[in-house]
Amino acid sequence: MHKVWVIARKEWSEVFRNRLVLFTVALLPAILTALPLAILVGIGRQGFGDAIATGDMPESFLQVCGGLALEDCTAYFLVSQFLLLFLLMPLAIPVTIASYSIVGEKVTRTLEPLLATPVSTLQLLGGKGLAAVAPAVLVTWACFAVFNIGVRVLAPPAVASKVADPMWLLAIFVVGPLLALAAVCVAVMVSSRTSEPRVAEQVSMLVMLPLMFVLIGQVAGLILLNTEMVLYIAIGTAVVDVGLMAFAVNLFQRESILTRWH
Amino acid sequence: MIETRDLTRRFGDVLAVDRLTLTVRPGEIFGFLGPNGAGKTTTIRMLAALIEPTSGEATVAGCRVGKDDSRLRAQVGFLTETPGLYDRLSTEANLSYFAHLYDVEDVPGRVEHYLKWLGLWDRRAEPAGTLSKGMRQKLAIARALLHDPPVVFLDEPTSALDPEAAHLVRDFIGELRREGRTIVLCTHNLDEADRLCDRVAVFRQRLLALDAPAELRRQLFGRKVVFHLKELKPEYSLALQAFPFVSGVQAVDRRLLATVQDPETQNPALVLALVEAGAEVQFVGELRQTLEDVYLQLMKGEAAPREL
Repeated sequence: MHKVWVIARKEWSEVFRNRLVLFTVALLPAILTALPLAILVGIGRQGFGDAIATGDMPESFLQVCGGLALEDCTAYFLVSQFLLLFLLMPLAIPVTIASYSIVGEKVTRTLEPLLATPVSTLQLLGGKGLAAVAPAVLVTWACFAVFNIGVRVLAPPAVASKVADPMWLLAIFVVGPLLALAAVCVAVMVSSRTSEPRVAEQVSMLVMLPLMFVLIGQVAGLILLNTEMVLYIAIGTAVVDVGLMAFAVNLFQRESILTRWH
Repeated sequence: MIETRDLTRRFGDVLAVDRLTLTVRPGEIFGFLGPNGAGKTTTIRMLAALIEPTSGEATVAGCRVGKDDSRLRAQVGFLTETPGLYDRLSTEANLSYFAHLYDVEDVPGRVEHYLKWLGLWDRRAEPAGTLSKGMRQKLAIARALLHDPPVVFLDEPTSALDPEAAHLVRDFIGELRREGRTIVLCTHNLDEADRLCDRVAVFRQRLLALDAPAELRRQLFGRKVVFHLKELKPEYSLALQAFPFVSGVQAVDRRLLATVQDPETQNPALVLALVEAGAEVQFVGELRQTLEDVYLQLMKGEAAPREL
């Protein structure tokens, strides 16, 4: 565990001095947090009742609202569309960090001295994974906290209280970290097969596709996000994570990485 | 300290190292010489447990390659062909990071020791990327020594360095010798190998020769004595050829080149014979064959290697 921590600390010192990585890591959460708040500010000026027609909301969403009044339920429907944005963050941030921290080692030729140390593959990937997952999760939680405060200020009180209900908490505090782990595993797998950080980053970003489908399905009213569904997503992601971790460790062959990177 | 037996490595159809059998003694500087693609780097990567042999076996500092790799890696220091430093991190952070990975006990003390030894203590907070090439290479060598390994592999330690930086690094390697470490040096620089190495292995996939540079010169070329004469006559050559210990005589301009085994004891008789034959001997010296001559001689007739 000591070496995992040593590697993670070094990654933070190294990767966050890369302006490109820092910019990417900071920009996306800033946009994904500012955008919903800006929309809420715009709608708040008109009044929630006037801005959203109840007909825009799928009828099935009423069961998610529980005892909310129709107008509040409609407002909550709008706010709930932003939940998935907070799940995009833990997917996108670690991909950038992990792509640069692994392929970056190849590009700068620092991987061979590193592999010459008595560090196991598990410790190496553990350290790099921790370095990518931890900032992503912390940034997501921080952005969610900012969003929560914004909702309490801008949205009707009944809506604000729903943003801290079990579905949201499960999504942010359980699904988010699990998605971050999945993203890191994909980035490790892609990084093991490429020598260019940008290529690794772009290919790894494909990990966001399933979530994008869910997002589109939710907006189109085809998918209804509720606590039960988020729980299923959490279980499904955890299972996928286990498989991805095993596959990533297996794919990270020290020897082939050393002899094929030229 | 290092023993290999029939060590072989293939990459698909390409034979990189072919049944290499050798022994490196404790405390010696051992040179691996060979052209690009000869398998030098592949060999030291196998010996540093970075890649596995296809067949054969090797033991380094008491650890079997492929069986005890984690312990083996803790016993060796490895300087890669490029320094591979984290340019954005300080010189101190670069060493500190590896000291932790090697489980060095007193990390701050050890790092301070090496930074002071390198003359980098005052620049400890500066990013490694700001150092000169020579200093970067020395920092990379220091990184390989942090855990006090008994065996150090140095892959092309002076390639791409200017003469001054290369001189710095060679001095540094000389200091390592005085510390009693076993050093395996891969190099293209034959003059460097001649000056630094106690023994060299010349190979191109397979071992072509292994011995001390001076002994290789003697084995391949004997020792040549040059007699500078005022004028050259055929009878002078005959006078030298009459000695059984002279294995060859060549006449070049006004010089005679005699190949002998022991010039220190045999030269007086040769000089006397030339004088008695009527020659006026102006100067006597030894023609020094270089390690490059040995290398080129060994490479003659060898097939060109396939690049990996």
